[in-house]
Amino acid sequence: MKLVSAIIKPFKLDDAREALSEIGVQGITVTEVKGFGRQKGHTELYRGAEYVVDFLPKVKIEIAVADDLLDQVIEALSKSAQTGKIGDGKIFVFSLEQAIRIRTGETGDEAL
Amino acid sequence: MEAIIEVKYAIDTFYFLVCGALVMWMAAGFTMLEAGMVRAKNTTEILTKNISLYSIACVMYLLMGYGIMYPGDGASNTFWPGIHGILGDGDNSAADVLASGGDVYYSGLSDFFFQVVFVATAMSIVSGAVAERMKLWAFLAFCVVMTGFIYPMQGFWNWGGGFLTADGGVGYVDFAGSGTVHLAGAAAALAGVILLGARKGKYGPNGQINPITGANMPLATLGTFILWLGWFGFNGGSELKLSDVGEANAVAKVFVNTNAAAAGGVIAALLTARLMFGKADLTMVLNGALAGLVAITAQPLDPSPIMATLIGAIGGVLVVFSILGLDKMKIDDPVGAISVHGVVGIWGVMAVIISNADATFMGQLTGVGVIFGWVFVSSLITWAIIKAVMGIRVTEEEEYQGLDITDCGLEAYPEFTGARGHN
Repeated sequence: MKLVSAIIKPFKLDDAREALSEIGVQGITVTEVKGFGRQKGHTELYRGAEYVVDFLPKVKIEIAVADDLLDQVIEALSKSAQTGKIGDGKIFVFSLEQAIRIRTGETGDEAL
Repeated sequence: MEAIIEVKYAIDTFYFLVCGALVMWMAAGFTMLEAGMVRAKNTTEILTKNISLYSIACVMYLLMGYGIMYPGDGASNTFWPGIHGILGDGDNSAADVLASGGDVYYSGLSDFFFQVVFVATAMSIVSGAVAERMKLWAFLAFCVVMTGFIYPMQGFWNWGGGFLTADGGVGYVDFAGSGTVHLAGAAAALAGVILLGARKGKYGPNGQINPITGANMPLATLGTFILWLGWFGFNGGSELKLSDVGEANAVAKVFVNTNAAAAGGVIAALLTARLMFGKADLTMVLNGALAGLVAITAQPLDPSPIMATLIGAIGGVLVVFSILGLDKMKIDDPVGAISVHGVVGIWGVMAVIISNADATFMGQLTGVGVIFGWVFVSSLITWAIIKAVMGIRVTEEEEYQGLDITDCGLEAYPEFTGARGHN
């Protein structure tokens, strides 16, 4: 099993969710996050003084998937969240040791 | 004829009261403007402060302020009005009104009501400038002195028969109070801010200016619109009379000019900000509206509507430069009150000479000097005494936490910040 953690542009969340549903992903967890990458922050203006907003709002999607679905998930995320402009985000993949469905006690792929 | 005199008395009194109610509503405008321009953690405190200062102003003016400002024949001389005690409930009898042949044309208590909401306006100006770092109770203590004594003294000099009037020798002309209300409020605010210091983090080393952004732009905009509406009472009511063709036309002109000046102020501030910063800076635009209103307040009757627009527009340009200039001098004013009401208030007073032949350059300048000098010095002394007795500034930790929790024990948006622990 793998845990995919993707940081994407917030306005791409709906596209990403649809693309993941289409390939059979059963559940995702979404968090509003802030951060910076090579895009860096941007400047804003208040009462004549500019200031730098260091951290931009992004959305983090976490998906636990069976190993055989991993490539499709990465492809779905890469396509659906891409604008081609700086700041599109990144996808991280972790090994997932165990998953347990709390309601039934199922474990492993069955719990996903 | 007698019935007409009575009806005119009723109409003029009614007009006066409605205008007073509009000015009362300006307290809501200031409250919303300030609530929008401070950080979320200081919202409850600024709301508490505004409704409290309004109420203290009402009580202090009733107890002693009105007697000082309008002593009638009881003034000791044109400098010292004397202390004349609590407002009574006496008013004009029908016989007196009829005997005057129409010279007595509104209720005495309606005059008190119209005046008391003006002193509250002056005090509201102070509130925004010292926001986010002053102790609530120190501010309210100052409010007692300002509304009971400092404001009424210079009000007497201008409107109560004191030495600033033509009869008194100076010939200062200030229709609705660019100087007596707005400059006075700003002078008290400046004295407070100087003793108080800037908000922590506002000014960095090497002259760096760090913006501290307001929490709620819709509230700040709503507050500005409320003030704009209330100003029709402020200037329109200062005509004091409605009930004949000449007076009705004058009132209409005051309304038109007041509105035009605010619009001019907005457009001028909008363009100035766009040219200087490359962006349409909303809070500067809001200050531009108020600057236009303050600028026309000393003389909303005499200028033509297009002249009123220009007077407002100059106020709108001035306010942007003034806000930038005060920041360079490290005078931290979160809402721009000192610029809007002080710097533009002076412009409003001086602009009277453009359209009113009775006003002289020296007379207006003397008025500005006397009002600013008196209010600034007496406020500085008052703030200094309060500082020595109870302190005026919260601790650094309290400032970081926000005054909502430290002074009021209540956050304005508990669900939003998660303070209630269930979201």
